[in-house]
Amino acid sequence: MSGKAAEQFTALVIGAGHAGLAASYFLSQRSIDHVVLERGEVASSWRRERWDSLRLLTPNWQSRLPGLRYEGADPDGYMTMPEVTEFIERFAKVSRAPVRTGVNVTSVRRGDDGYRVATDRGEITARAVVIATGACNRPTVPPQRDAVPASVRQLTPFDYRDPAQLPDGGVLVVGASATGVQLAAEIARSGRPVTLSVGEHTRLPRTYRGRDVLWWMDAAGVWDQRYDELDDLTRARRLPSPQLVGTPERTTLDLNALESIGVGLVGRLAAVRDGRALFSGGLRNVFSLADLKMNRLLGTFDEWARANGRDAEVDAPERFEPTRVPASTRLQLDLGGGDIRAIVWATGFRPDYSWLDVPVVDPKGQLRHEGGVVDSPGLYALGLPVLRRRKSTFIYGIEDDAREVIDHLAQFLKGGNSKPVIPNGPA
Amino acid sequence: MTTVTNGVNVQALLEAREVLKGAPEAAQFTWRASSKWQTGVHSEVKVENFFGLGEEHDHKAASVFQADHPEVFAATDNGITPIEYLLVGLASCLSAGVASVAQNRGIQLRSVESIVEGNHDIRGILGADSDVRNGFNDIKVTFTIDADASREDIEALVAQSQKRSAVFDALTNPTDVTVEVA
Repeated sequence: MSGKAAEQFTALVIGAGHAGLAASYFLSQRSIDHVVLERGEVASSWRRERWDSLRLLTPNWQSRLPGLRYEGADPDGYMTMPEVTEFIERFAKVSRAPVRTGVNVTSVRRGDDGYRVATDRGEITARAVVIATGACNRPTVPPQRDAVPASVRQLTPFDYRDPAQLPDGGVLVVGASATGVQLAAEIARSGRPVTLSVGEHTRLPRTYRGRDVLWWMDAAGVWDQRYDELDDLTRARRLPSPQLVGTPERTTLDLNALESIGVGLVGRLAAVRDGRALFSGGLRNVFSLADLKMNRLLGTFDEWARANGRDAEVDAPERFEPTRVPASTRLQLDLGGGDIRAIVWATGFRPDYSWLDVPVVDPKGQLRHEGGVVDSPGLYALGLPVLRRRKSTFIYGIEDDAREVIDHLAQFLKGGNSKPVIPNGPA
Repeated sequence: MTTVTNGVNVQALLEAREVLKGAPEAAQFTWRASSKWQTGVHSEVKVENFFGLGEEHDHKAASVFQADHPEVFAATDNGITPIEYLLVGLASCLSAGVASVAQNRGIQLRSVESIVEGNHDIRGILGADSDVRNGFNDIKVTFTIDADASREDIEALVAQSQKRSAVFDALTNPTDVTVEVA
């Protein structure tokens, strides 16, 4: 035991991204003394863990944090990473968040009255802790990586910055969520032949009836669907990110768009055996599933516009060409033969809770929580996909989530309320 | 809400799903078939028991299948060709999926028919051309479904049945197969 007494706060927030800072904003509003610990600088992962061309998927007018709105000249545009960083920094500044940067949390465990948070700068105790460390701390790479021949360079989205760092020659991009389709397009435009391995995916047009598709998600109420109203919450939380890209031209980046710039589509990567990548023969069905789901969503938009008398302010309903099935799909690819020089694993991300010494992580590595109220009194989470609503996944969704979670935290401090915010949620 | 009767006990399946979420070991099944060569390219295959939910189970009755090859293969055609059994499996698995999903979605089915065609270049199995694979080149399934639902809903049923089909998965993805001599 070290003789130095631990520093004390009522509440402690881990992570100074949009979620942690929003938590701090509402803690300050309620005059709850707290500190925000940040391993790097404010908005660390937006600075370091993103590729160069990335822009937000949400339009600027949706870049909104408590008390801070986009006020620039291009409300329909999409922020670049330096712009996102600047926006979040500005939020930290105007909300006067008590951020300590460069502090690594090495352990959080239960103490006599709350939590003991060990850091590389000493120990802090707090009655309540908000985990705002993000959902994308580590790239997920499937075990097939181990069977890939050594001649093929393997990258994750954390390693990837721009196509110039790739060897010349063919590239296999595995995964067709937002990351996969964006990287496939960018690498194909660099002149490298790209093959994209496609499993279940979420197809969306960038604009629908003249409006950004995310305007529809918001206006038609899809984004406000609450976590305890969803049929299959686990599935909603694991849904691949939509095939969207933020570009000044507001172009759609679905599989048809990729196919027309020469990207070859293959099925889900099932195995790598004897140096050959084997792909599922179920490609047609993942196309059908995505097309059907997209059309169902567009149908709900049309229905909403009709029922709410909004048809006049938007363009006429439209339907998009079904995903074109290639005349012949490749079921395998020789990885050792020199045609494929690099593989980019766009196979998702996962959070890292290796520092969390409280038994609240499920066998799949996800936090057990009920709308951000973690399964341990006084412990909270913010900034995770579909935390309390569908929009929780996006910066835009943090305000409502943070307000409600901090409400709960304040109640807890007052009288030990440890029940979920919405008591009739799923068990 | 009207009662949909497709004959699938969806409630039991949903309950099983919940139980097995917390008990992955009980979800481990072993299906088995035992084969006995008759003569020529004719075998008799019997299926009567399987393992699952932690114990052995017997089917209500054993099923016996004759597998042979047609006369154009200079064989005796005492039963269907082994590769045709794959089509039997695929058609019946997808149909079961359609019925289950329809029940779960409250869609009344009146008839579900399908035709399954597997295109096969037999130069592979004959060793006539080493570039030709032994198995199917491709398989096409065509469903004709009469149900209280829109075409789009029916397409969604068929898509979802593929998504949850054991045989569809077994045919579209590689499986590690061990064959040894006892």
